[in-house]
Amino acid sequence: MRPKKPSLIGLMKTLPKNMFSGLVVSLIALPLGLGLAMASEAPPIAGVITAIIGGIIVSFLGGSFVTISGPGNGLVGVVLVAITTLGLTATYAAIICSGVLLIILGFLRLGKLADYFPSSAIQGMLAAIGLIILGKQFHIMLGNKIIRDNGIDYLLEIPNTIITVFHFEDKGLIYAALAGVLSLAIMVFYSKVRNKYLQLIPAPMWIVLFSVGFSYYYELILKSPNPISADYMIPSIPDIGTIITEIPVPDFKMIGTFSFWSSVIALTLIASIESLLSIKAVDKLDVEKRRSNVNKDIKALGLATVASGFLGGLNVVTVIARSSVNVNNGGSNRSSNLFHSLFLVVFILLFSAELTRIPLSALMAILVYTGYKLASPVIVRKIFTIGKEQLIIFFCTLLVTLKVGLISGISAGLVATFIIHVVITKRLGLFVKNILKPNVLMYKEEDGSYFISVKHFCSFLNFNTLKTSLEAIPENNDVIIDFSLCGFVDHSSMENVDDYQELFQKKGGNIEVTGLDVLGAESKHPFALRRMLPVQKMMPENKTKRQKNMGIIAEKFGLSYQHEKKYNNSFLDGFVYFQTKKIEYIFNELKEKNGEYQSFDVVFSEGEFIAKEVVRTTMLYIKVSKGTPAFTLDKEGILERFYALAGYEDIDFERHKDFSNRFYLRGESPEKIKRFFTDDLIRFFESNPYFHVESNKKGVLVYNKERVASIKEVKGLIDFGVRLSQAINKS
Amino acid sequence: MNTKGFKTIGIGVTFSPNLEANINEAARLALFLGSKLVLIHVGESSEDKLSVFSALLDPFKGQGLVFEVTFKSGDPVEVILSTTEEKKIDLLIIGALKKEKLLKYYVGSIARKITRKATCSILLLINPSKNRIRCNHIVVNGLKDPKTEETVTTAFLVGNKLGASKITVVEEVSDDEVSVKVDDDKSLRKSTIVKERLRLREEARVKAIIKAIPNELTKSVKIKSQPIFGKRGYSIGHYAQVARADLLVMNAPRKMNFWDRLFPHDIEHILTELPTDVLIVQ
Repeated sequence: MRPKKPSLIGLMKTLPKNMFSGLVVSLIALPLGLGLAMASEAPPIAGVITAIIGGIIVSFLGGSFVTISGPGNGLVGVVLVAITTLGLTATYAAIICSGVLLIILGFLRLGKLADYFPSSAIQGMLAAIGLIILGKQFHIMLGNKIIRDNGIDYLLEIPNTIITVFHFEDKGLIYAALAGVLSLAIMVFYSKVRNKYLQLIPAPMWIVLFSVGFSYYYELILKSPNPISADYMIPSIPDIGTIITEIPVPDFKMIGTFSFWSSVIALTLIASIESLLSIKAVDKLDVEKRRSNVNKDIKALGLATVASGFLGGLNVVTVIARSSVNVNNGGSNRSSNLFHSLFLVVFILLFSAELTRIPLSALMAILVYTGYKLASPVIVRKIFTIGKEQLIIFFCTLLVTLKVGLISGISAGLVATFIIHVVITKRLGLFVKNILKPNVLMYKEEDGSYFISVKHFCSFLNFNTLKTSLEAIPENNDVIIDFSLCGFVDHSSMENVDDYQELFQKKGGNIEVTGLDVLGAESKHPFALRRMLPVQKMMPENKTKRQKNMGIIAEKFGLSYQHEKKYNNSFLDGFVYFQTKKIEYIFNELKEKNGEYQSFDVVFSEGEFIAKEVVRTTMLYIKVSKGTPAFTLDKEGILERFYALAGYEDIDFERHKDFSNRFYLRGESPEKIKRFFTDDLIRFFESNPYFHVESNKKGVLVYNKERVASIKEVKGLIDFGVRLSQAINKS
Repeated sequence: MNTKGFKTIGIGVTFSPNLEANINEAARLALFLGSKLVLIHVGESSEDKLSVFSALLDPFKGQGLVFEVTFKSGDPVEVILSTTEEKKIDLLIIGALKKEKLLKYYVGSIARKITRKATCSILLLINPSKNRIRCNHIVVNGLKDPKTEETVTTAFLVGNKLGASKITVVEEVSDDEVSVKVDDDKSLRKSTIVKERLRLREEARVKAIIKAIPNELTKSVKIKSQPIFGKRGYSIGHYAQVARADLLVMNAPRKMNFWDRLFPHDIEHILTELPTDVLIVQ
């Protein structure tokens, strides 16, 4: 049962798609690379060098499939500290040393390191990094460069800077601030506009295009110098010749000092945590659901970091936003990472002079948005719904990181989490006595399913034992995890188990968790920590007007209506539309009594991090009879014709020119689909309003716009669906 | 091979609230196995004490129980061990302690010392009761070890005498034997194949052991073989707990040294968290 080895022909077939996604990724990587390097006070080109080296080395040696590597957000804070305390050349030496440490971590199979950090503490640390980035760059974005001692001081200065902006007299500064504000607006509103042509170019690249265009407009048409103050333009970018001849020499003189090694350790720690979290998140988005070899990837990242350090670049990490953009644009293997580097090389070769036309304030707006996304209030709210104690851990980590530093911050988070666990259970002994015990028993039952029993407690301290067991099970099997011998299960474990449940579900297996009913949770959130003795709370819920109207529709049409959120929605698995998207939950469900069809609002996210867009859409699901092929039917546009060039095929009918021109139809087995689309069915689609229709063999998914439908539209959707289901069942 | 069972059963008795339950359990077991019972009391001999023991054993006398009471002063561990040798006791019964409130049992320090030093088989009872609770399910280890054959045979013998309906042989395969580490899909497939191969090998081995056991011992019970990949000695206890076994039968450990106690393994794990009644076969 060995799967085919990826043949050369197979690889060649995927190349056009990967080249395309590599291009889109490079469009976002260029401005981000420049910005991240400048935010860490390294020369701007360092960020681009990092991305180029990372892409080339990791695409050949890495162990993951659709990830993109390059300079990371998380490292900005650490590199900044390193450069201010050690100086630039010594920082390159520290980067090289951290690369070596990463390689060692990879060989010691310590890719699991990130499992030992409680998730709320990691969230707190990331939020702190976000605030550090946001705090520092906010002032530059508004044309008010200042220098302060630590992250908190920068944040406190924000109101001052806003006041200062309104008193600017220098026109250059006013234009700089305007460029910053406009760029921020582009970043914020970009994801709100769902237009496929606009979305083809990532928001950061729009900013670059606008600012370069603006600069040319002044130069060529108005024949006057760029009005933005020269202090707020990107300093000169060396051309490729200079980059090669003037490679900085790393300075290893400080290798004996404490500050050098504390920088090395911080770099290594953050680089590995950021990479591991990203790999984990990107694996979830992978269409082919492959499992990344984390340790191999860490080794490749380490080697890339060493090379990057020698060539004047920063730490190479796996980056989440760029990787998710890669997946969304059809990247399917490591070649897209390589293409992203090659396109960056092309950009530097051709346009290194144009890059200096980008205002610094515009570039920093991208980083301000990045920082905001890391520390967004949504994260705080989400943590609060899981439990108050998680919020304490979160803020403890956040404040210590801001005030003291990253390593102290994450240590504080660890300690806080442990203390809270002890306080909640009131049983220190439970943890101390059992921490080293192999508390997980896994065996295969006679019927072929797996049984896992967890004893004592399960928390971030020993989740690794459970993880090892879960990893050893092929994902298409049925698994039962029994927590009934456990006295305590923490939030990190619940969240991780949920991740595995999702993974198994997607690969055709199933994980059932039992035994939690003996443990109580303080909040109703599925990831809340569990302990002995329940304390239940009830929250009254208010219905919106739309929900009340939906109730009325339900009565009229004889449907059943449920407004509660439903988290387990396996019936949506297998739809191409959701392959690269993460479904959070469905709600406002209108269901036919026999379950023949149902309309619902679905909340899903596309992409991750700054490329993340949370979308709410009303959809209709219809059950179909056996023998229906899997297909996707879309309106045909320029983009679809372009896709056809990149290897996606459109199934056309000779006898139905109008239908073939207006609709874009594709699927795995064209012959079956052609037989399925009878004349009656084609006439039905031709004569009815346009909807996106997609089948996964078991059911058909119908929707119109990627937003929540009005009550009238819901009625239209249901009407269309009922008639479609009749037309399908007739054919 | 030990097919005759245990000739003499010994139990240390003190005047504790558990006295009656302990004596009842021991007497019942002696009757079932057709053995002689020796009560060992650490302390001076006296008529009063003897009459108390005698009164407790009265109900069993009618059923033909042969018993003896010995008195000896001194260090409890020394006394019990020396008496065991003198009286040729081949099964020593020890009661475990129960932690307050929590449903967890552990072996007290004296009992633990005896367990480590004894040269005979040992039965650790977690929940002695006055009235008989039926022993239904026996879990026995099927480690790859020269002692295993005897241990499995003993389990079947005891199971037969006690009327057990199901015996599960658990083969613990340590993770080191699965030489493939799981990193990605490819290594996962490899390790699954290796495990399947190990599982078949272990099952064949256990089958051979069971085949060597006299037929009359094996015919009336349901036999199950369960391979487990995990930490030796620990996972079998965990399994016994999950499978709700009534008796766990284990090989006696090889010699122990200081390090074994510091980094507990095999039997030591079982002693700290007794999952159920445990019979350690010497």
